[in-house]
Amino acid sequence: MRYSDDHVLLHTQRETQISRFRAWVMFLVPLAAILFQVYIPLFFQFLAYLELPLIVTVYFALMRRSPIGGLLVGALVGLAQDSLSKNPLGMFGITKTIIGYVAASVGMRLDVDHPLIRLILGFFFFVFHQFIFWALSRGLLEQQVNFETQRTLVLGLLNAIVAVSLFHFLDKLKERA
Amino acid sequence: MDTFLNRYRNLTVLLLVILAQLVLLAYQVKNDSDVRMIRVWAVTAVTPLARTIEGVRGGTEGFLQNYVVLRDTRSENQRLRTELGRLKIENQRLKTELETSDRAKALSVFESQSPSKMIAARVIMTALGSSGTAVFVDRGSVSGVEKGMAVVTPDGIVGKVLAAYPTASQVLLASDPSFAAGVVSQKNHVQGVLKGMGHGNCRVDYVQNEEKVESGEWFYTSGDDRIFPKGLPAGQVTSARSSNPFQEIVLEPSGLSGGLEEVLIIVQGVHQEIPDLKTAAQPVYLAPPAPSSPGDAHAVPSPATSGGGNTAPAMTTDADKIREHYQELGVAQNHKFGDNPPGTKAVDFNLQPAQGEKPAAVVKPGAERETGRRGEGGTSTPTPNTQSTAPVVPPPPTPRVSPSQPKAGARVRNP
Repeated sequence: MRYSDDHVLLHTQRETQISRFRAWVMFLVPLAAILFQVYIPLFFQFLAYLELPLIVTVYFALMRRSPIGGLLVGALVGLAQDSLSKNPLGMFGITKTIIGYVAASVGMRLDVDHPLIRLILGFFFFVFHQFIFWALSRGLLEQQVNFETQRTLVLGLLNAIVAVSLFHFLDKLKERA
Repeated sequence: MDTFLNRYRNLTVLLLVILAQLVLLAYQVKNDSDVRMIRVWAVTAVTPLARTIEGVRGGTEGFLQNYVVLRDTRSENQRLRTELGRLKIENQRLKTELETSDRAKALSVFESQSPSKMIAARVIMTALGSSGTAVFVDRGSVSGVEKGMAVVTPDGIVGKVLAAYPTASQVLLASDPSFAAGVVSQKNHVQGVLKGMGHGNCRVDYVQNEEKVESGEWFYTSGDDRIFPKGLPAGQVTSARSSNPFQEIVLEPSGLSGGLEEVLIIVQGVHQEIPDLKTAAQPVYLAPPAPSSPGDAHAVPSPATSGGGNTAPAMTTDADKIREHYQELGVAQNHKFGDNPPGTKAVDFNLQPAQGEKPAAVVKPGAERETGRRGEGGTSTPTPNTQSTAPVVPPPPTPRVSPSQPKAGARVRNP
């Protein structure tokens, strides 16, 4: 299958229309993602590598195509994640705020309904998320942590695959026009 | 402005949200020194500006005073400061000579002479809202400064480090009411707690009314507070009177008397002795030095020989003397202790030294036990028959009258 730039870049009104979700979806999906992140690794430790709150943030930001909406979703999800983690409040908040803003900005320009684009974006935003968090840890908290590039890339690929599947599921929760 | 915000509305909201979370983050996070990051960032941001302003001000003022306004007066003042600083350092038993005039040099001399490890720092600004009882110095955690370190000058104690930021530190002065340090008086060694009074003077608390403290008496740090090493001058008593339940002792802190410009931060404190109060025409008795050789052990020290000069012999114990005696015997018999192959003939410790006209010292029982461990048939006393394996009869004990060992005679074995 071959995709040209015309297919990737948005240029039709259908593609630029903003996806809308019901309020309970906007509330329960991030909450479920955070609870998944908190509880499931207690029983299945390998699932701790999944960044479901990030994937959900990216999804809503991409679909809403509103930078302010995206950054607010990112800030709320991040702060909620912070409140349940050992990190100081704001570490995940700042990270996901930036992710939400960038994702919404990207969503305004790309056809984010395409699976390949979603895979690439999922990979990119995971690596970007890890990098911002690492930079904040070193710069603001003076923590001597290393950025494990190879591990981050592998986990980014895994999260991207999960993101594509999850995005497909979340598409079904869109409000029909 | 509205147009600008509307145009960059998304970016503005992004920055505001991030800023809000940064403030939230900075408020709750503390660094290794238990200081909130928001304070660290604020001080780090302000310190370079304050340092620059202070540098420009100091440079301009120094230039004007040195070359424009008061050239002669300045040089005269520097000469007098050198002389004053030298005398103060000598009075504090540092026995050094201050040959330069500025206070930075005096600090370095004091720093080099003091057993404590110190770093010099310059006062750059006063802390806000502290009524002038806290200042900032231009050395911080990057230079090794930590919270709780003592801050001094050659004149006396100044305060302690309240918070250490990367490029600066906040110093709580001794005049602050929340400051406290353990002190002891020079003359009668009265213990107390030095506390600030919020203005220039300090007070010494918890001194019983029965204790004798006089006006003009010096207080020194006692070293009990684990901040200030013992022996640093704290200040001079200006008034002392009885009160309930403790004395009211007001003290002028010597470290804050001359205005603060440069200070020393004690990174690693070493206790010093509190200098004795020199009183005139008071007889001093110095104990006689210990005898330096076994033969001298019988000698009765006389007061005439106890002058207390600088050539006093090193103190040695009887065990040391016996050890030296055995080593001499080993050398005389070409024996190297610890370096002999199996089968080597053992040293005969009963052998009388060739040049030993004088008898060996009376051996104490403790030394006899050591001798018994070293060789079979070894005895505490040399005998004329050096090759004999028969039991050796020790000579009658000689009473010892050394004042340093009054009970030695009672421990000598009776034949």
